[in-house]
Amino acid sequence: MSDPDTIGQVRCAADAVARRSYGKLVAYLAVHTRDVSAAEDALSEAFAAALTGWPMQGIPANPEAWLLTVARRKAIDVARRRHSGDVANAQLQVLAEGTHAALTEDALPDHRLGLLFACAHPAIDAGIRAPLMLQAVLGLDAKRIASAFLLAPATMGKRLVRAKDKIREAGIPFRLPEREELPGRLEAVLDAIYVAFAEGWTDADGTDVARSDLTGEAIFLARLVAELLPHEAEALGLLALLLHAQARRNARRNAQGDYIPLAEQDSAQWDASMIDEAEALLLHASTLGSIGRFQLEAAVQSAHVHGCRAGHVDLAALVRLYDALILLTGSPVVAINRALAIAPLRGADAALEALPSPADDARLADYQPYWAARAELLARMGALVDASHAYELAIGLERDPAVRRFLQQRRLEMDG
Amino acid sequence: MQYLLMLYANENGWSELPQAEKSRWIAAYQAYTEALTSAGARVGSNRLSDSGTATTVRVADGKTQVLDGPYADSKEQLGGYYLIDVPDLDAAIAWAARCPAASHGTIEVRPVWTPQ
Repeated sequence: MSDPDTIGQVRCAADAVARRSYGKLVAYLAVHTRDVSAAEDALSEAFAAALTGWPMQGIPANPEAWLLTVARRKAIDVARRRHSGDVANAQLQVLAEGTHAALTEDALPDHRLGLLFACAHPAIDAGIRAPLMLQAVLGLDAKRIASAFLLAPATMGKRLVRAKDKIREAGIPFRLPEREELPGRLEAVLDAIYVAFAEGWTDADGTDVARSDLTGEAIFLARLVAELLPHEAEALGLLALLLHAQARRNARRNAQGDYIPLAEQDSAQWDASMIDEAEALLLHASTLGSIGRFQLEAAVQSAHVHGCRAGHVDLAALVRLYDALILLTGSPVVAINRALAIAPLRGADAALEALPSPADDARLADYQPYWAARAELLARMGALVDASHAYELAIGLERDPAVRRFLQQRRLEMDG
Repeated sequence: MQYLLMLYANENGWSELPQAEKSRWIAAYQAYTEALTSAGARVGSNRLSDSGTATTVRVADGKTQVLDGPYADSKEQLGGYYLIDVPDLDAAIAWAARCPAASHGTIEVRPVWTPQ
């Protein structure tokens, strides 16, 4: 029975369950113990057991329940080995009660939202929140996450372990924060999902599978939060923003792999259904009466899409959106985009004036988009020497070869 | 901390590039060097001559052995290095990712040894 076809089928079935249920199973196993690592270990043994067992016995009618039962048995074994006396009894009680509930109900209670809030808890270092979500909810391995976040795999592995230890030892709960806390805590969850998306986004070519895939994973997380909290305007705003960005992904490269800036993209290549979904989400979010960063950023994307389709962008409206965003976030990245939008309205001098400076925010000194924007504005003013120097730094700081080529081309055209 | 970024790439790939492409890569390396210098992170850097110019030397049983060619005969050869001074490994990786060699070859990042 274990011929290659069957093994292939089993692998597909296990992969499908993993995609659909991984985070649900981890959250369910760890909701009381708060031990994410133990839940992951138990689950990975259960998946291994599925890959060896299912080819012989056939795929069970309810693969999710099967995996849960096996994972729970492994978790109980470990708890029994690790602890003795009261601690073990208490843990076993918790684990046993869970089994009963899960097997008598049709659907597994979904604690993923609680798990997401635990991953983005204020006690967890902000830099590890996105990787933690990708691992705990989607089951991505540390190696793959490390590449996306430009960290050594060993470093990423250690930081993930430390964060999970913190959840367990500090007693970080898997639950929805109280109403008055919710906006701030939700912002942390949404921020982390946005970071996961942005890290995937930098591989514009999609040549590196591990990187490009993360945008899909981030959209999955954003969709999950939007579905579980449908009345939170910012959750809808984030999903709208990510869908807008993703819709234009393929249009950012031509057939030769060259970078195509937004204004020159062929809008026929945009994914219209994603854009429609984003627009509907944004419209619905606007009826909920609570504006925020992600809705504004999605509105910026929306303005660009309408502008490109109509042949002219309403720059004054765009600048107003950026103004609101700067008030909310104080982000220098937004200030750079705002300056570029100002240039055609009030001239390159005024735009350069509006550009933030590394003197105010040291991070700008090695931030490629800052130097590219500066070069662009200086070139328009005819300050060619300064522009050339700014292009030089932008080129030197860029990781993506296609964008590097684009910047080099721009500088050549300027020197003309 | 100081890190050595060792740049490995296929030399044959380079020699087969048209002149315009070569110039573009050279300009990209210049820009990268300038960005590192401007950030105050560059300690030193050099491009090496082709691995065909390499000679290996070792002394075994009191006898000096001199061999023609590079130490490791691999598909990609060591073609240059940057010695950088940055706060930690994460920063070193971020700089390695920006190096043009990362998109046509491989970069090995090694901390410089310091006595404990």
